[in-house]
Amino acid sequence: MLRFVVRRLLWFIPTIVFITFIVYIALRIGFSPLNTYLRANPRASQAKIKQYIEVNGLYPGWGGYFRGYFHWLWLFIQGPDQWSRSIKGSARVWPPLRYAIFNTLRLAGIAAVAGIGIGLTLGVLAARKPGAAFDTMVNSGAFFLGAVPPFVSGVALQLLFAVKLGWLPVGGVYPPGHDGFNLVLMIKYLILPVAVVAIQTISGYSRYMRASLLDVSSSDYLRTARAKGLSESAVLIRHGVRNALIPVVTLVAIDIGGLLGGLIITENIFNYPGMGVYFLKAVNDGDFSRLLPYMVIVVASVLIFNLIADLLYAYLDPRIRLD
Amino acid sequence: MTDTIDPSKPKPKPKPKRGTAMPAAADLIIDAQEGLDVATLSPSQMAWRRYWHHRGAAISTVVMAFLLMFVLLAHWTARYPVDGQVLKIEDGPNQYLSPRSIAWFGTDDIGRDLYSRLINGIRTSLFIGVSSAVLSVVIGTAAGALAGLKGGRFDDIMMRVTDVFLAFPFLVAVIIVRQFLGGVKFLQPVIGDKSSLRFIIVLFAIFGWMGVARLVRGQVLSLKEREFIEAARAVGASNTRIVVQHLLPNSIGPILVSLTISVIAAIVGESTLAFFGFGPQPGHGTSLGLLIQDTGKAALQGNWWLVTFPCGALVLLAICISFIGDGLRDALDPKLDTGK
Repeated sequence: MLRFVVRRLLWFIPTIVFITFIVYIALRIGFSPLNTYLRANPRASQAKIKQYIEVNGLYPGWGGYFRGYFHWLWLFIQGPDQWSRSIKGSARVWPPLRYAIFNTLRLAGIAAVAGIGIGLTLGVLAARKPGAAFDTMVNSGAFFLGAVPPFVSGVALQLLFAVKLGWLPVGGVYPPGHDGFNLVLMIKYLILPVAVVAIQTISGYSRYMRASLLDVSSSDYLRTARAKGLSESAVLIRHGVRNALIPVVTLVAIDIGGLLGGLIITENIFNYPGMGVYFLKAVNDGDFSRLLPYMVIVVASVLIFNLIADLLYAYLDPRIRLD
Repeated sequence: MTDTIDPSKPKPKPKPKRGTAMPAAADLIIDAQEGLDVATLSPSQMAWRRYWHHRGAAISTVVMAFLLMFVLLAHWTARYPVDGQVLKIEDGPNQYLSPRSIAWFGTDDIGRDLYSRLINGIRTSLFIGVSSAVLSVVIGTAAGALAGLKGGRFDDIMMRVTDVFLAFPFLVAVIIVRQFLGGVKFLQPVIGDKSSLRFIIVLFAIFGWMGVARLVRGQVLSLKEREFIEAARAVGASNTRIVVQHLLPNSIGPILVSLTISVIAAIVGESTLAFFGFGPQPGHGTSLGLLIQDTGKAALQGNWWLVTFPCGALVLLAICISFIGDGLRDALDPKLDTGK
């Protein structure tokens, strides 16, 4: 086990270097930071442009991509103070990014806990009596909700609850001009975005949990548990659900890793100042310096949680040998 | 096992050749088989039966057929040209009209009929969905079969490449790759401008083929150790023949299901990109994405018809196509046959 962990951790570094290198080249070609700079500063002198290239490592050509990448990587490792400033406005990149990360973590955390909790519960309840009315309801409900893209459900909820009924605010974190922390207001502003993310999560996990539990329910150890004379709830929870959760837990870990960069649509609809809005703004500005740290954080979060998923799977299911 | 006798090749009662006496025993066998023919179904007939017994799939097929007819006959079914405005208003301007007899689904910000635009939009979106799905299934099947059969270096590289792509959230990856492809100059003549339909189709094919390739690779890996493949090898079949004659027909079920999933993914993906303003801008005409693009604004203004109808059409398409995929999975998996 320890050897496996160490080996995976050692692999993590070259993987992320490799992926960020690809991202670096893709962004250099796709967003052409020098052109963005010239557009933002049309009257920059030759010396100024040359200095900008030197400072940010935007050397031309394929060799320049390599040199530029390592230039960037060196600056990146040294910490947020050394990161190259945003092209538009020449501001520091880290403070707004940190703000966006915390906002997204709050939204994603609440939505994940609520969505996964409700989804798993519904799945277990549905699988208790397969084919019964409740099972059909959960299954078809999850199927229909799963087919609704998040921007459709988001706009629909917004239209209904915020515009037509006026019960909840349209978007944002706090009303304009509000200062400081206010829990009630914050919850009010979070309900709709959390609902949109949770709908997706619930529909996925209820179906997955149901399938997993039904898969387990025909196993020998469940029959043994029943034969021992355990009560039905003990059989279901202590033996059924615990085993059925093994594949689900790994999926949870993978999904959580993707949440940081995966809420773009919801955040955009509700104008929620998280990672998604940060990303879209940076893309629209063509701002290379703001995009790269974002990409590193998103990719690192996915990779770390994939690693956690692997470890959890091995830990929960002793039949899997890692070495 | 009476079901498995193949009635598609009915045994014609051989005419007794002149001059030779027909053996009585053969006659008896033929009669016995004729008696069985009454209750038999060919595998394809059974597949059809399974498909139509799936209620969701049956309803969805009818709905899709209806929709397809409507959309293909857009010339006659649409009431106004795509960019044509609803004219002839006595009581005021023609923009933002709620649904009424001159514009069944209302009008948009410059007075165009939403109903006619919806028909054209669904047509474009279906075109995008089907063509990029076909493209990604063809590429994915070829790559997956090659990787599964050959293994080795090609397999390793393909799996690593798909791993890298899977490390990104989908929308982030699509937007970055879109920007990247738009920045590569020598690709421009092949895949067109960033806002063209061709570009969008290629973009979704780039993302779509990987899922299909992984699936086909898995299928090939599990099938290639089976006895019938060994038998084919033993009689000297070439690799190409094994893939085309044995492996692909045996994995046709999952491949077709993934085709329907790719269609939905491309249609929804196009709408999502358009929602953020990264969608295609077809010269004339429209797409579901372009209609959905302004729903956010329309919702805030309270123009519910601009939200309801395009989003409803998108959800209807997604549900119908996934039901059809569900039905296909049932139809193409003989193990699921209950004999009813």
